[in-house]
Amino acid sequence: MQKIIVGIKRVVDYNVRVRVKPDGSGVALDGVKMSVNPFDEIALEEALRIKERGEATEIIAVSIGPDDAQQQLRTALAMGADRAILVKTDQAIEPLTAAHALLAIIKTEQPDLVIVGKQAIDDDAAQTGPMLAALWGRPQATFCSKLTINGTVATIVREVDAGLETIEVDLPAVISADLRLNEPRYVKLPDIMKAKKKQLDVTDLATLGVSIDDGLKTVHTEAPKARAKGILVKDVAELVDALKKKGLVS
Amino acid sequence: MSKILIIAEHDGKKLSPASARCVTCAAQIAGGEITLAVFAADPGPIAQQAARLTGVAQVITITDARHAQSLAAVLAPQVVQLAASYTHIFGASTTFGKDLMPRVAALLGVPQISDAMSVESPTRFKRPIYAGNAIITVEVAANRKVVATVRTASFEAALDGGAATISAVSADAPAPTHTRYVSLSAAASDRPDLQSAPRVVSGGRALASKENFQLIYSLADKLNAAVGASRAAVDAGYASNELQVGQTGKIIAPELYVAVGISGAIQHLTGIKDARTIVAINKDAEAPIFEVADFGLVGDLFQILPALEAALG
Ligand SMILES: Cc1cc2nc3c(=O)[nH]c(=O)nc-3n(C[C@H](O)[C@H](O)[C@H](O)COP(=O)(O)OP(=O)(O)OC[C@H]3O[C@@H](n4cnc5c(N)ncnc54)[C@H](O)[C@@H]3O)c2cc1C
Ligand SMILES: Nc1ncnc2c1ncn2[C@@H]1O[C@H](COP(=O)(O)O)[C@@H](O)[C@H]1O
Repeated sequence: MQKIIVGIKRVVDYNVRVRVKPDGSGVALDGVKMSVNPFDEIALEEALRIKERGEATEIIAVSIGPDDAQQQLRTALAMGADRAILVKTDQAIEPLTAAHALLAIIKTEQPDLVIVGKQAIDDDAAQTGPMLAALWGRPQATFCSKLTINGTVATIVREVDAGLETIEVDLPAVISADLRLNEPRYVKLPDIMKAKKKQLDVTDLATLGVSIDDGLKTVHTEAPKARAKGILVKDVAELVDALKKKGLVS
Repeated sequence: MSKILIIAEHDGKKLSPASARCVTCAAQIAGGEITLAVFAADPGPIAQQAARLTGVAQVITITDARHAQSLAAVLAPQVVQLAASYTHIFGASTTFGKDLMPRVAALLGVPQISDAMSVESPTRFKRPIYAGNAIITVEVAANRKVVATVRTASFEAALDGGAATISAVSADAPAPTHTRYVSLSAAASDRPDLQSAPRVVSGGRALASKENFQLIYSLADKLNAAVGASRAAVDAGYASNELQVGQTGKIIAPELYVAVGISGAIQHLTGIKDARTIVAINKDAEAPIFEVADFGLVGDLFQILPALEAALG
C-alpha cells in the first residue's frame, strides 16, 4: 500500500463544556480551547502503525476548516504524518461538503486507504466517512475497533449495537475509527520542532471545485433543558423508600 | 404531502424496537404517509410485525439472500432506487442507521440530519450537538429530500394496533461485491436489551475488575434491568463494548437508570439525559453525576450494593 489519507478536524476540546449564546445564534467559541477531534487522533495513530509495520509509505493529514486549523495539522505532523493539506474555508460546512472536499483530494492523491473518525465531537454527525465512501464508490467500514491489512484486502472488526461484527473490504476503502481501535501516542517536543519543517499545503474549496452545499441550514441554537435538581439520600433504606414511592421498585 | 420511507431494522427474525420509535417520529410529520421497507432474506415475520405498528400505512418487502446481513454498501443503492417516490427517508440512529443513512444521503446528493430529536415541521427538526450541550434547529431546503437518523431516546415506540398492507417490491440496483460480511460475535444474553429496557444499571471504572462487575449484573437481575457501562469500564475490559452508554455509545431513555461508580463525564451524561429517574451511587460527593441524579447516595459501592440488594428482597 502506498498512501493513507487521514481526516483531521479542528474541534472544541472534549474537556470544554460549550455554552450557547443568549441570542440563539450559535455556541460561544471565543477563547475556547481547540484540539484535534479525538477520533481523528485515533485514525491517525492507526495510519502510523500501518506505516510502521511497513504496510504503507506515506500518510497525508487533511483538514477542511479555517486558517487556524493549521495548528491541528501541525499536531498531526508532530504525531508522525508525512505531510498535510488544509482546505481553507471560513464558513461552517456540513459533512456532505467535507466529503466532497476529501473526494477532491483523493482524486489527486489516489490513496489506498482513508481513515476518518467515527464522529466529530462538535457536530456529532458521524456522516463524513460513509458519505465519502458513497461518493467515491468504494467500501466503508464504520466504527472500526480492529483493522488488519492483507495485500489489497482489509479485515475490520466493527463495534455495532449487537456486539462485534467482522467484515472484509477491498481496498481502496474508507474506514471510520472507533474509540477502542488504539490509544494515540503523545507528541514529544522534538517532534513538534521537526513538524514545523514538514510540508503543509494550503488550498481552498473553490480551487478544488467544491461548492458549499447549503441544503441544510442551522436556524437556531438553544441550551438543552436542564434536569431538575435531585436530592441526596442518607442511606440504602431511604433510597429504596424513595424508589418505592415513585413505583420504580416494588 | 409528505411520503416517509423508514428503513426497518431487524436481526433477521424480529423488528427492532428502534424502528417503532422511528415510526413515532415520522407520525409527527403532519399529513405524512408512512411506509416501512423491510430488506431481508426472509422478510415475512418482520413485515407482519411492522404492519401492526400504529401509524404505518404500508409495509414493503425486498427479499434477497444478500440482505441476510445488512451491509450499507449493498443496501444503499437499493434504498436509493426506492427513494424516488418519497419525500423523507428515515432510519434509527443506531449503528445500523448511522452506517447506512449517510451513504444513502450522499448517493442522493443531499445532506443528512443526524439524531433528529423533535419534528418542528416537515422540513424543520431539532438535533443535539456537542454531546447534547446545545440543541440546534435545522431546516432542509425546499425541494430536497429529507434524509435523517432518528434519535430513538426522544420518541416512544409506536404501539401495535395497526393493520398496514404488505407488498413485495423489487429493488435490483447492482450491489457491489467489494464489501463482504464475515461474522458477528454477539454476547448471547437473555437479559433485557440495553436500548429498550425500562430499567438499566450501569457500572464504571470504580468496579475495578471484571469479577467485581458481577455486582452490577447481580443488582440488574434483582431489578430485572439491562446492564450498561461507562467507557472507562469498557476500555478496561470489565464490560463488553455494546454496553457502553454515552455520546459514542448508546443513548438511552429508561424509566430508571442506576449509575454505580461512574463520575458523570459529559460524554456519559449525554447518553442518559432522557432517563426518567437517575440514581447515582458514588463515594465522591463532588462527582458531577450528582448534578443530574434525582437520588444520590454518597458512599462505597462495595458496601452499598450488597445492602441495596438485600433491601430489595
Ligand atoms: C471522544 C470521547 C468520547 C467518549 N465517549 C464516552 C461514552 O460514550 N461513554 C462514556 O461513559 N464515556 C465516554 N468518554 C469518556 C468520559 O470522558 C469519561 O472518561 C468516562 O465516562 C469515565 O468513566 P467512569 O465514570 O467510569 O470513570 P471515572 O471518571 O474514573 O469515575 C469513577 C468514579 O467512581 C467513583 N468511585 C471510585 N471508587 C468508588 C467506590 N468504591 N464506591 C463508589 N464510587 C467509587 C469515583 O469517585 C469516580 O467518580 C468519552 C471520551 C472521549 C474523549
Ligand atoms: N472539516 C473536516 N476536516 C477534516 N476532516 C473532517 C472534517 N469533517 C469531518 N471530518 C472527518 O470525518 C469524521 C466524521 O465527522 P462528522 O461526520 O462531522 O461526524 C471526523 O472525525 C473527521 O475525521
